[in-house]
Amino acid sequence: MAPRALNGWRMGIVVVLGLAFGVGPLILSTYWVGLLTQMVILAMLAMSLDLLLGYTGLPSLGHAAFFGVSAYAVAVLATGYGAGFWACFLGGIIIGTLLAAAFGLIVSHVRDVYFLMITLALGMVLWGLSYRWIPVTGGDNGISGIPNLLTHAGIPLTGGVAFYYVTLLIFAGCGMLMRLLVRSPFGLTLRGIRENEGRMKSLGFNTWLHCYLSYVISGAFASVAGVVWAYYNGFVSPTYLELTASSELFLMVTLGGPATLIGPVLGAAAIVLLKNVMSAYTARWLFVLGIVYIVAILGAPQGVWNLGTREKT
Amino acid sequence: MRGCEGATVRGHLGARVRRWSVTFRRTVAPSYRRTISCGVLALALLSGAVLVRGQAGTGPIKIGFLVPLSGPLAQNGRDILNGFLLSLEEVSQRAGGREIQVIVEDDEGIPAVGLTKARKLVESDKVHLMAGALLSSTGYALAPYIDSMKIPMVYPVVSADDLTQRKRSPWIIRTGWTGSQPNHAFGEYAYRTLKYRTVATIALDYAFGWESVGGFQRTFEAEGGRVVQKMWTPVSVHDFAPYLAQISRDVDAVYALFLGRAALQFLRQYEEYGLKARVPLIGAGTTTDEHVLPVMGDEALGVVTVLHYSAALDTPANRKFASTYRARYKKVPSYYSESMYTGGKWVIAAIEALQGRVEDRDALLAALQNAKPTDLPRGPVELDAYGNPIENVYVRRVERVNGELQNTVIDTFPRVSQFWKYNPAEYLKQPLYSRRYVPPS
Repeated sequence: MAPRALNGWRMGIVVVLGLAFGVGPLILSTYWVGLLTQMVILAMLAMSLDLLLGYTGLPSLGHAAFFGVSAYAVAVLATGYGAGFWACFLGGIIIGTLLAAAFGLIVSHVRDVYFLMITLALGMVLWGLSYRWIPVTGGDNGISGIPNLLTHAGIPLTGGVAFYYVTLLIFAGCGMLMRLLVRSPFGLTLRGIRENEGRMKSLGFNTWLHCYLSYVISGAFASVAGVVWAYYNGFVSPTYLELTASSELFLMVTLGGPATLIGPVLGAAAIVLLKNVMSAYTARWLFVLGIVYIVAILGAPQGVWNLGTREKT
Repeated sequence: MRGCEGATVRGHLGARVRRWSVTFRRTVAPSYRRTISCGVLALALLSGAVLVRGQAGTGPIKIGFLVPLSGPLAQNGRDILNGFLLSLEEVSQRAGGREIQVIVEDDEGIPAVGLTKARKLVESDKVHLMAGALLSSTGYALAPYIDSMKIPMVYPVVSADDLTQRKRSPWIIRTGWTGSQPNHAFGEYAYRTLKYRTVATIALDYAFGWESVGGFQRTFEAEGGRVVQKMWTPVSVHDFAPYLAQISRDVDAVYALFLGRAALQFLRQYEEYGLKARVPLIGAGTTTDEHVLPVMGDEALGVVTVLHYSAALDTPANRKFASTYRARYKKVPSYYSESMYTGGKWVIAAIEALQGRVEDRDALLAALQNAKPTDLPRGPVELDAYGNPIENVYVRRVERVNGELQNTVIDTFPRVSQFWKYNPAEYLKQPLYSRRYVPPS
């Protein structure tokens, strides 16, 4: 596992992302700050899926479930029970993580396409629940009126830029933890399972437990992103849990470069940017987006991050 | 185990930092040119984005417009947009002595996307006011943002009851309707004029369905009728066979609420199951609205529905609107088209009253609340104290005239309020119509 060379392409990406995320909000208009906030939150979410998809090799099509459920938890706690900030923040993460722990028991013993199907089905179940459990979720209309993160947390700051930097801080913390995780022996074991599970088993690793933990941890990070997303939008609706949300997430990871952590960040940023910028200029933006996806997948099958390198990840 | 793992992690880190620095010296130094050019590019992009910050001035009046233009509701969104553009064409894109510029954004029918696009319109494009939105969920999601930014917004279509009832938002002006509004009138009509005593309902399972069926049930049962069976189908329903098999054959009529593809499918299957000959079909206006009516066949004939508009409404204002719309877009105007045609006239009237001075948001809001556009296709409209229109409600029957299906108006309830004949304060103490609504006895 020699560190891959930081060639010019990657340095360019790092510099652009670093500049945009670091100092962008100080000079950009509030609308762009809003887009950057979205990018950071979705990047966090995409990184959490990368743990599962890229590092463990488990393709989940239901990852928006944890994101959505924790967002719903925040909404219900904040608007229904008038809970304080920490109760909402931790409550959202805990509920999302517990859900991952429960779902993990069901999905961890299957692989590949079966894993895909079961996670998809579980995601759809939650989507249906959000849609139909009206007394709690508000059904189709969702729940609006989630307080502003900064006032709720008692931070004496206001405005989109302050919110952005709080989000960035959370993102950096989660990113750091995930990076530690994938470089740890545990993370290396996950990669081993991805490459050859039979061999890892014969070496004495409890591969089921590793897959299970990877699923739960990735669910926990997705819950963090969901909590911040709920605060960012101020409302929740069943669209957070839809299949399209999960598949777009999947696309962010594969487009950016799986098993790189920074690739998904790039993918999330690129997709948010493309969707919002394209649609402002052309009514055929979906068409353009489709072409971009196809070109990216054909031209950079290992993801945009790996474009400058020959070696296989 | 844990501590051991931690130590390894630290070891990894140290080694990695060393490796990184070596890598950095080896790889970055030779490729510094590329890095610098990347950095310059990034700076250029950022400064370009800074320039995008619009400057509010005395230029054109900017109106931000949000509708779904992709996804399953794209067609309805297109109708709404067409209506709006038509109203602006009639005044040559000018009002109050200023040019009107429309910035259209696609909200995809997804609330979070709608919110992002609204942020773009307000914060980046610096629009003076916004209009549009189709789904109730988007309507609710936008409301807190609209209030916080104090930006006037016109909702021509969003029909969620509570937006002008229990969760009023001061900056939203609704020129459309509430889902229950025409149905209150229709419940009474079904009992008194159509002489129905028992009705089964089948409707899409979401807020619009619950509020429409709830309104119908309330007044129908207040008269003495009884809703004996209520069925809800998922919004994504593909086959009505399981529902049609369950529908009671012993009721006087079946009340149906669908729209788009589901409406087409439902009417076709209702006839195929031989129900049309046995049980009369009535329903909400969208079931036979002109956005689907032209592609329906004889299965739609005779269906009686209720809405605040019909393209076949025989008034000079509507004849003129319908023929102009048809000539311009080669389609019959649907209620969606009319909604934002009226919305557009509303906005134009407000801008005229202000003589183009739209920069003062409070004045603009007041002007929108007090606007009195005339010659509206749907008939006279005025806003009540809660910001919802008081308007005519039309009972329509599908007939074939000159080879085309149309919603012939067979009865009119003049000046119907969202509270029907109830006292608003008393009305608002009742809970919102939901899936499990039971009328107070």
